Amino acid sequence: MFQVRIHGRGGQGVVTAAEMLSIAAFEEGSHAQAFPSFGSERTGAPVVAFCRISDKEIRLREPIMEPDAVIIQDPTLLHLVPVFSGLKRNGYVFINTSKSLFAIGIDKFLKGWRQDRIYTIPANEISLRNVGRLAPNVPLLGGFAAASDLIQLESVVKAINKKFSGKIAEGNITAAREAYESVKAEIKPAEARYA
Amino acid sequence: MLKQIEGSRAVAEAVALCRPEVICAYPISPQTHIVEEVGKMVKEGQLSPCEFVNVESEFAAMSVAIGSSVAGARTYTATASQGLLFMVEAIYNASGLELPIVMTVANRAIGSPINIWNDHSDSLSQRDSGWVQLFAENNQEALDLHIIAFRLAEEFSVPVMVCMDGFILTHAYERVDMPSQEQIDSWLPPYKPSQTLDPADPVSIGALVGPEAFTEVKYLEHTKQLRVLERIPQLAAEFKTVFGRNSGGLFHTYRIEDAKTVIVSMGSVLGSIKDTVDDLRDKGHKIGVLGITSFRPFPSAQVRKVLCDAKRVVILNKSLAVGIGGVMSIDVNQALSGLPIDQYTVVAGLGGRAITKKSLQEVFLKAEKKELEAVTFLDLDWDTVNKQLAG
Repeated sequence: MFQVRIHGRGGQGVVTAAEMLSIAAFEEGSHAQAFPSFGSERTGAPVVAFCRISDKEIRLREPIMEPDAVIIQDPTLLHLVPVFSGLKRNGYVFINTSKSLFAIGIDKFLKGWRQDRIYTIPANEISLRNVGRLAPNVPLLGGFAAASDLIQLESVVKAINKKFSGKIAEGNITAAREAYESVKAEIKPAEARYA
Repeated sequence: MLKQIEGSRAVAEAVALCRPEVICAYPISPQTHIVEEVGKMVKEGQLSPCEFVNVESEFAAMSVAIGSSVAGARTYTATASQGLLFMVEAIYNASGLELPIVMTVANRAIGSPINIWNDHSDSLSQRDSGWVQLFAENNQEALDLHIIAFRLAEEFSVPVMVCMDGFILTHAYERVDMPSQEQIDSWLPPYKPSQTLDPADPVSIGALVGPEAFTEVKYLEHTKQLRVLERIPQLAAEFKTVFGRNSGGLFHTYRIEDAKTVIVSMGSVLGSIKDTVDDLRDKGHKIGVLGITSFRPFPSAQVRKVLCDAKRVVILNKSLAVGIGGVMSIDVNQALSGLPIDQYTVVAGLGGRAITKKSLQEVFLKAEKKELEAVTFLDLDWDTVNKQLAG
């Protein structure tokens, strides 16, 4: 079972991201379970959503406490919320920022994790350019697909089409592809990745 | 057809396939996405003929449901938490009048303190109201139980609550197998009410009944539920032949053969319990699960039969009967009365407290070693409690 925890703020599509990830996994024949942390449904408030992906039926209902990947949609949460809590040592990190890990002040903190699995993605800029508004969730999913090999980009596209239509869907698809390509270009050689 | 959708949406689609003719609901918190979805379907003409009545309160929702059901329409509504409490007077009327209304309860805590999260306090407060209560373990079962509920309700002229964990199931995206309209139509015939209000042939429904007959009316209500108890397993078997799945029934057992310890619970926590039991089985523990589906009517004799060889049972309640312990524990205690079985009550998940595998494993192991208190509150913060007790 692969477990993903998504952190962000109300209004950034955190819950939608988890739902889309589950749809993408479903499209590939996997079992998937997406659910939000409930309660803080206010714009701007810290929000967490979860997604489990497995080749077997998923029965577990507890929140994800030891994720295989964390997606951080809002870098202002990095110093406010324990976003890396329980993250497995070989886990993946995706942060929405156009800055370096050093510039956002977490390079030292992340030393204990595999550096080749930590990705920064300028998801705000990508979504503004392609969708016309801040929707960092989709580019981050594109990046997740590129780095994790757990879901294909085409499944993310299918999930986008399930959730959106018309121009919004088109823009999001372009945004997902752009993030996907940029992360693919960044990926280290296979021997380093699977070391 | 397999779909990856939200629990509420899955239930909305299943309810629509059951062709309700009147849906009434109060569209404000604590409401679910279910009525939002069915409301949309009615407005867009996908669900027709059907009237969606936007009422002014939950009391009105159940009152309209009573009115439409008594006039012969297949009637559906949904609520939770304080909304359910607000309709209580009408809830008892619906069962007393023997009206086959189907209602989803997206189980949530009851205030105060104010709390919007999941536990089973709301529907369990209506334990004695005369409604059937069926509890879903996952979203597949939630949608299947609605399909079973309409059939059961109309066969017996009895109202049915389908209970699914608020948020944990209603807001979860997971895979469900959605039946076709043809399958539903072959399973659920058009509603033929046994008695309706008809101006052309006027009768009184809901008249005064004095002491000379009230007990008899209530006895008949009770015996009807006992007949429902016999019918539920038959319907589950028939459901399997039509839809190809195990859903419904009185309860589900899991790895219960040779089990010395059996965990009894209801709802979505059964999934986490089963995962915990698998881990313990791998380590050689003889442990199993009894998941109650039909909370009302409660299958006392059947529960006694499947648990009679256990050494101990742990009854995990997502509810609290203040002053005695767990609401469901009382029923299990009665079912097992006189048997040499140690019984432990665990109160867990109140007001949305997460129930983790780690905590479950701890209490199950304690029960095996006879170290568990008769009534245990899972993950209780003793520091906070003791401070208050000392103050």
